[in-house]
Amino acid sequence: MKKVNMKINIAGVELENPVMTASGTFGSGKEYGEYIDLSELGAVVVKGVASTPWKGNPSPRIAETYGGMLNSVGLQNPGIKEFIKEDIPFLKQYDTKIIVNIAGRTVEEYCEVVEALGDTDIDLLELNISCPNVKEGGVCFGTDPFMVEEVTKEVKKVAKQPLIVKLTPNVTDIVPIAKAAVKGGADALSLINTLLGMKIDIHRRKPVLANRMGGFSGPAIKPVAVRMVHQVAEAVDVPIIGMGGIMTGEDAIEFILAGATGVAVGTANFADPTATIKVIEGIENYLLEYGFENIEELRGNLLG
Amino acid sequence: MKKVYDCEIIKHKEIAPCIFMMEVLSEEIVCSALAGQFVSIYLNKGEMLLPRPISICDIDKDKGTLKLIYGVVGKGTAELAAFKTGEVLKVLGPVGNGFKIEDTIKKHIVIGGGIGTPPLIELVKQLKGKVEVFLGFAKDSILEERFKELGATVYVATEDGSMGIKGNVIDLLEQINPDGDMIYSCGPKGMLRAVDLWGREKGIKTQVSLEERMACGIGACVGCTCKTKKKNEEDWQNRRVCKDGPVFWGEEVVW
Ligand SMILES: Cc1cc2nc3c(=O)[nH]c(=O)nc-3n(C[C@H](O)[C@H](O)[C@H](O)COP(=O)(O)OP(=O)(O)OC[C@H]3O[C@@H](n4cnc5c(N)ncnc54)[C@H](O)[C@@H]3O)c2cc1C
Ligand SMILES: Cc1cc2nc3c(=O)[nH]c(=O)nc-3n(C[C@H](O)[C@H](O)[C@H](O)COP(=O)(O)O)c2cc1C
Ligand code: FES
Repeated sequence: MKKVNMKINIAGVELENPVMTASGTFGSGKEYGEYIDLSELGAVVVKGVASTPWKGNPSPRIAETYGGMLNSVGLQNPGIKEFIKEDIPFLKQYDTKIIVNIAGRTVEEYCEVVEALGDTDIDLLELNISCPNVKEGGVCFGTDPFMVEEVTKEVKKVAKQPLIVKLTPNVTDIVPIAKAAVKGGADALSLINTLLGMKIDIHRRKPVLANRMGGFSGPAIKPVAVRMVHQVAEAVDVPIIGMGGIMTGEDAIEFILAGATGVAVGTANFADPTATIKVIEGIENYLLEYGFENIEELRGNLLG
Repeated sequence: MKKVYDCEIIKHKEIAPCIFMMEVLSEEIVCSALAGQFVSIYLNKGEMLLPRPISICDIDKDKGTLKLIYGVVGKGTAELAAFKTGEVLKVLGPVGNGFKIEDTIKKHIVIGGGIGTPPLIELVKQLKGKVEVFLGFAKDSILEERFKELGATVYVATEDGSMGIKGNVIDLLEQINPDGDMIYSCGPKGMLRAVDLWGREKGIKTQVSLEERMACGIGACVGCTCKTKKKNEEDWQNRRVCKDGPVFWGEEVVW
């Protein structure tokens, strides 16, 4: 069989293929590593990590919706110290790239995490200024272009690894936000984080989530995500990691045609622990079927 | 590598109104399954993404089968009820930490509420010594005969008084006032909390099997947490029901 070239490059870091995990859906890979070979992934994007341990929100934190789900986990994480001690050595056993998703309540907290990671052997940083589940969890940074630029600039100053900034879709226009992140020094952008949503149990007349509202993800949000990736790709020159409802290789191809360099798989892992591997195979099959030799040929290659 | 197994449905029938017993064939799951663990069932409907957690009720090592008993309470379990014998179901498991069974313990108190009763069958099968089972239901009792077959003494309470005493499981416990060295319990959270309190008053160690809404079902998403106390500390932490539980010590749980 003819081989296709699936390699991509994000800010100087070469990934074997464009498929990564979406932060928060995959832990640090330990659990899913029992179902798939993590070395087959382009990168593992780990769950958001903060400067100190966070307890997260009360339960219920999960609600299924038509073609998607809501979560209000609220960035529960063991803190950067524990992460460096436990999770980096674990991931280092695999032949994949490590992308660390950074959570914080203040610019100082973001910088603290990024500084702590300075001497570690990880590949990329992903700044989460877009979590809808904690008041301070970044979304107040992520919805204001001025703040986006400022926080990106401050974090970039202390960052030793290239910086991806993750954007929220909960804004009227994503383009000025994306531009602000790039102006602040973002080496790449990832989008979208979850859409703010709500589900009500009509029998109890109560919100299903203890936190009332939560982040909406899964295949139901894909058209919104593809649209936003397309808009941002037209407006900026940095690589984009597209995500939001990717379940199959075909879904991933849509994002790549919209202009994404890489793609991330989140909620799909819950529906099938081997989803990431199937997405990789699906992309390969598409390239073969349509006679592309290199995935780079496909990026933004929309006809008309 | 672990995987989601294709399991053939060997038997599937309604054992009480809206309560089904399903027997599935899976030597892979059976060979490591323990009492109190659960499986995740993946439905074939695109709009329902998340697997449904169902406790392992009865393990037959010789036949390589598992029995699951579930109530139809929503869309997913209604979908499950439509599966026919001979069809194949996608099942992941076994998952979680089951009940702790210690051979030194001779007197066991087993307490089940409603659709929380099924996992106690496999538990009772494995307990050695004197086993007393206390069951509480809204209306119809299930599995009473099966517990008796296994040699346990069974007491039943129903809210409408149609079977056993009228009242709940705590009323039953207060009336019978059993004596034991370990309590094992599964049922609605309010009941588990009351059972833990009752156990504490009697000075009996209590294991409770908790439920929470799940997404990944394998410990990766921290979606299914419950509040637990930290050892020797005032502080508490959120732990995963799917991976750190579903069975916890009653004294660990912040109710
Ligand atoms: C560890 C564990 C073991 C369980 N064992 C059994 C069992 O042996 N027999 C049985 O009948 N039921 C059991 N349940 C409850 C069972 O998982 C739910 O009743 C079922 O998922 C409902 O799905 P549905 O689509 O019919 O309901 P819907 O209400 O339509 O479900 C929507 C979503 O909510 C979740 N959900 C709804 N109710 C519950 C609940 N009580 N607990 C957790 N998630 C819920 C579903 O998984 C789904 O994601 C168990 C739950 C857990 C966590
Ligand atoms: C349970 C859950 C937890 C998440 N946690 C994080 C997180 O910690 N940091 C982050 O940047 N995004 C987080 N996200 C957002 C995802 O990374 C992703 O952007 C979003 O879910 C859209 O992709 P999907 O539809 O493929 O899931 C989380 C999503 C889910 C479902
Ligand atoms: S359901 Fe994901 S951690 Fe328990």
